[in-house]
Amino acid sequence: MTAAGDPDSAYVRMANLTKKFGDFTAVDAVSLDIRRGEIFCLLGGSGSGKTTLLRMLAGFERPSGGAIHIDGEDMSAIPPYERPVNMMFQSYALFPHMSVERNIAFGLEQEGLQRAEIRRQVGDILDIVKMGGFGSRKPHQLSGGQRQRVALARALVKRPKLLLLDEPLAALDRKLREHTQFELISIQQRLGVTCIVVTHDQEEAMTLGTRLGVMNHGRIAQVGTPSDIYESPVTRFVADFIGSVNMFEGRVSEDGAECVRIRSEELGCTVRAERSVHCVGGSTVWTAIRPEKINISRHRPLAASAQRADAAENVVRGTVREIAYMGDMSIYLVQLDSGRMMRVTLPNITRGTERGFAREESVWLSWHGSSPVVLTE
Amino acid sequence: MARLTSAAGRRLIAGIPTGWLLLLFLVPFIIVFRISFSEVRLAIPPYTPLLTFRHGSPALELHWSAYQFLFTDPLYVSSYLYSLKVAAVSTLCCLAIGYPMAYAIAHAGSATRPVLLMLIVLPFWTSFLLRVYAWIGLLKNNGVINNLLMSLGVIHHPLALLQTDFAVYIGIVYSYLPFMILPLYANLEKHDAALLEAAADLGARPARAFLRITVPQSFPGIVAGSLLVFIPAVGEYVIPTLLGRTDQLMIGRVLSDEFFENRDWPVASAVAILILLLLVVPILLFQRYQRRELEGAR
Repeated sequence: MTAAGDPDSAYVRMANLTKKFGDFTAVDAVSLDIRRGEIFCLLGGSGSGKTTLLRMLAGFERPSGGAIHIDGEDMSAIPPYERPVNMMFQSYALFPHMSVERNIAFGLEQEGLQRAEIRRQVGDILDIVKMGGFGSRKPHQLSGGQRQRVALARALVKRPKLLLLDEPLAALDRKLREHTQFELISIQQRLGVTCIVVTHDQEEAMTLGTRLGVMNHGRIAQVGTPSDIYESPVTRFVADFIGSVNMFEGRVSEDGAECVRIRSEELGCTVRAERSVHCVGGSTVWTAIRPEKINISRHRPLAASAQRADAAENVVRGTVREIAYMGDMSIYLVQLDSGRMMRVTLPNITRGTERGFAREESVWLSWHGSSPVVLTE
Repeated sequence: MARLTSAAGRRLIAGIPTGWLLLLFLVPFIIVFRISFSEVRLAIPPYTPLLTFRHGSPALELHWSAYQFLFTDPLYVSSYLYSLKVAAVSTLCCLAIGYPMAYAIAHAGSATRPVLLMLIVLPFWTSFLLRVYAWIGLLKNNGVINNLLMSLGVIHHPLALLQTDFAVYIGIVYSYLPFMILPLYANLEKHDAALLEAAADLGARPARAFLRITVPQSFPGIVAGSLLVFIPAVGEYVIPTLLGRTDQLMIGRVLSDEFFENRDWPVASAVAILILLLLVVPILLFQRYQRRELEGAR
């Protein structure tokens, strides 16, 4: 699958990029275009090949096949120390024997810049990452968040055409991570640097990325904006990987122009999806419904009451089995009459518990026709 | 019960080495130190007592003559300087040979690494004395090296290899090389490969990255290895005695001769005290450096 977008806007272009380690194919013919100035997030589990892809861009791994072009320039023969690419390492890889200033100056010294010029640029970048007073500290005298800023500054000060970030926020605690995400975006926009972020954390990918690429088994499963990926996944893997989802196997019973009807034994009702999919009547498909797009009620929903019980569409009966109170929302695990479990989330809008359902309570689940996503693979 | 054993246990664990050091290092040191301030006499023991009783009242008798003698006879000063030179050159040679070896072992595959380390340690299975004797067989006039070169026609008269500075350097470097390699390896093996990648990423060629990142980071290993070679090399006795020059002695040999040939215990003790002073300076420097490192390491 290739990336969408105008080929002229491709600033970083990967074409059929492949990396094999012996018999194992870590990256399998990936073609991907990155636009100038965007933050592109590569999202995948461990072993999905995302880190290998990043290391090929940095020049640490030699591709087994395919090519990388950055700003029109072929990178194949260019060693890492000559690439217009800088990386922020997951471990930060700060030089422990050098002060913060020396760490940041290191890259500029390799360019042979004048001392005064180096000092000026180091000072500027330290101010940008808000580490102005820490120049003479050693890395071990800094907190995790401060080290992360220094690592970022060290990569940014080189003014790279492409900035690579390997799990940039993984080492930070939750509160700090949220804060840093927005700060990272603001710095990136201020400097206009093109970024590729590798992460296994979908929340991080969704907030940071202008576009995401979901990787699986060395291939790009889907490329799109965060909402594209979340609302319109194209495969079961993507639907399942991003967020949580209720997935049911079914058979296409009616393939209309505006909607598809899918009969699912697992679900115990017919799903009507307001989206046309390219599928043949009678073929096996999967419907995916996000937990927050399901309505839960004590009484049979009005829209559904008009239907005959055996021909019910987008409505099922079940029993609440588990309730997880998360504060801002609650998760209900509802066992359908067919025996399958359905995950439903409800925001806790009011402080009371009147909306809350009790365990073992019999409930109706329903959803709008625009909610289900029909997947063929 | 647990508290008792932990407190008593801790005291015991700290006490054993402390007692060992007090008994076998500090006490002998004090004895030698005390002898160095006596004068030689024909008696058993062969030195004057420190405390004498004159008319019933004790009097302290301190003699500086042993130390004065050390600085009047050029033999001692030249032996000291020669020992320092031999130790320094040997240490640099060990570093020059040992660093690449330690680096190669640290970067070897996980299967070959233990084999290479084993090869470094293997010579210790043979007696140190035997290994030095073996070098006599290799270096002497009709030894292996000379015979080989003559049979090949490279030389027509045997080279004088034995009883030269060269032979001493070979002996010391050969014997002490593992003490350089092992601490260096222990250091280099811990280096984070990501740091070199970061250096490359920031534009440093491999040679520059090595000089700016690997070498400074291996400094504790360099210091530890150098001291482990330098300190015993200064006082080395066996190697220069078996392989070295007869016209220029190392201080270890002088020390032994004073004790056993001259039976001048005060002078021998003064020689020993001065060696110790010479070595204490680098040891203290190293300890200060290590303390700073520990504070920095977190």
